Amino acid sequence: MPAQRWRNLLVQALIAAGLLALLWWLLDATAANMRERGIRSGFDFLLEPAGFGIGESLLPFDSGDSALWALAAGLANTLRVALPAILISTLLGTLVGLGRLSPNLLLRKLCAAYVEALRNVPLLLQLLAWYFIVTDLLPAASKALQLAPHVFLSKSGLSVPWLGGDGGLIDLPQRGAMNISGGAAMTPEYLALLLGLSLYTAAFVAETVRAGIAAVPRGQSEAALALGLTRLQNFRLVLLPQALRGIIPPLTNQHLSLTKNASLAVAIGYPELVSVANTTLNQTGRAAECITLIMAVYLILSLLTAWLSAWLERRNGRWADHS
Amino acid sequence: MRLPIITLTLLLLAHAPAHAGKTLDQVRQRAQLTCGVSTGVIGFSAADSQGHWNGMDVDICRAIAAAVLNDAAKVKYVPLNAQQRFTALQSGEIDLLSRNTTWTLTRDASLGLHFTAVTYYDGQGFLVQKKLKISSAKQLKNAEICVQSGTTTEKNLGDWFKAQGIKVKPVVFEKFEASIKAFFSGRCQAYTTDASALAFIRSKEAPNPDDYVVLPELISKEPLGPVVRRGDDEWFAIVKWVIFALIEAEEYGITQANLERMKASPDPAIQRLLGGAEDSGKLLGLERDWAARAVKAVGNYGEIFQRNVGSASPLKLPRGANALWNKGGLLYAPPVR
Ligand SMILES: N[C@@H](CCC(=O)N[C@@H](CS)C(=O)NCC(=O)O)C(=O)O
Repeated sequence: MPAQRWRNLLVQALIAAGLLALLWWLLDATAANMRERGIRSGFDFLLEPAGFGIGESLLPFDSGDSALWALAAGLANTLRVALPAILISTLLGTLVGLGRLSPNLLLRKLCAAYVEALRNVPLLLQLLAWYFIVTDLLPAASKALQLAPHVFLSKSGLSVPWLGGDGGLIDLPQRGAMNISGGAAMTPEYLALLLGLSLYTAAFVAETVRAGIAAVPRGQSEAALALGLTRLQNFRLVLLPQALRGIIPPLTNQHLSLTKNASLAVAIGYPELVSVANTTLNQTGRAAECITLIMAVYLILSLLTAWLSAWLERRNGRWADHS
Repeated sequence: MRLPIITLTLLLLAHAPAHAGKTLDQVRQRAQLTCGVSTGVIGFSAADSQGHWNGMDVDICRAIAAAVLNDAAKVKYVPLNAQQRFTALQSGEIDLLSRNTTWTLTRDASLGLHFTAVTYYDGQGFLVQKKLKISSAKQLKNAEICVQSGTTTEKNLGDWFKAQGIKVKPVVFEKFEASIKAFFSGRCQAYTTDASALAFIRSKEAPNPDDYVVLPELISKEPLGPVVRRGDDEWFAIVKWVIFALIEAEEYGITQANLERMKASPDPAIQRLLGGAEDSGKLLGLERDWAARAVKAVGNYGEIFQRNVGSASPLKLPRGANALWNKGGLLYAPPVR
């Protein structure tokens, strides 16, 4: 059917051209409007000194560094909270999800209560609550709890010895006149965000896991047990590989949401990507540019996650077929 | 986050921007001035328990509504946090931004805005816990300092401590409320913003004001004043001259109380300002008693100051740099002539 194929190609090309034209028109109209209103634009600000400080940063950052480096530090801070939170929420969520399928009534109810409670309260409120609980409960820096030699817990966060520092191999946290400084600190902002994101996402992960396992037909388990497989073998060899097919795609979505939800940190003072981009935006006035950058970064993160998910699915597919 | 996106969309769709001279017509047509204010900085702009807005910045809005619409009550207040304020003005959501906003080069020259005049000369200061026994900001080495984002405050903090060679850790919040809550829960050793706002934060927000002190240093110049959109020179002139008229009124001793008497003054300058002998209003596209209406609604600059932040208010801020030029201050209005 060559004619049909040509027609299809033509239609697709027309749609693509139309989309491109629309995009171009949007960009052009925005630029023209901004010019007309005397609003400066351009990405030149990225190489100018940022001029503001970042309270905690995985990457070394000083206010004299460029705005681009500030944004990189923000992205690093996003990943610093998102990756551990993904790990924790997946483990916890899996346990809760399995708990909901447990034959034990109490455990089942507890897990159900967890899911309902966390899923139905807006994340922003949860983060604010965790943050103010954490900051209110912790002792002032001057009365820091010493958990171990050189490990302090206070309103300045959890400070532990770390590599590097001004002189020498190991940087030890010290009680200073002001607060605890030195070493690596997990600030209350970081702890609250990590906790809030992990617990919230775990509720969704639990539902995903529960649904994935429940979707495997009962007959499969019955057959496996009849064939003499143990419960554990049945779970590992029969249930899990089939369940994973249904679990992985929504699970990746949860991980992606978690990464995006990390941007709620602006409310509780953790300097992740959006917080740093907001500050940059406000200092330079380049709103369109900063928002475009944020969108581009999140788009790339999403595409990477989708790609990872596809790869996992393929791998799992092979595994399921072989076993 | 949402507001900039909405603004972008508006910028896209509104292909014909609010053209020159249009703001006055629009304000008259809707018989209402839309004024951007803060979400609550007592003394400058804050709503009381009945929802009435008060403060110096609010009085400027009222004065302009009085001059333009002959009714100081015809103002719609739009509370904006530090980050939202410029986008709200750019997109045309408000006619005027009257909200403790510092005049800087970047803002004046690249945001499509014009600063009109200075209504309050301020500077950035620090509020610290008394128990730290600090007497100078230079002792804040390694301190954690709570600050609101979207402010000049954030960058001054970086600049000043860099110049001092001292490292500090800013803890940056998007919302004013969250930033002061974190400070008063003890998360930060210091809070920084405009000194005028520190006075209110200490006296109104602190669980116990005596546990906190404002350090003597001011680390920056913060000239605060109302802002309008670019491209509307007539509106720009109106806002500017209403403010100048309030300052002139103080200089000539015209008050809310003696206004009617002053209208009969033989002094030509007073006659001109109050629209007696000469019609100064028509040059601005306003009625001839534009300035008299403004003074009648809110009093002269000195009265606005005393009522909201000065001796007649709980804040008790000294006039300082905000006294008239001939009384040792910086306030100097070009002549209404
Ligand atoms: N004058 C400074 C700071 C103004 C500012 O936004 N200050 C904060 C802290 S006092 C504020 O008013 N917050 C109230 C709000 O966001 O509504 C500026 O123009 O950037």
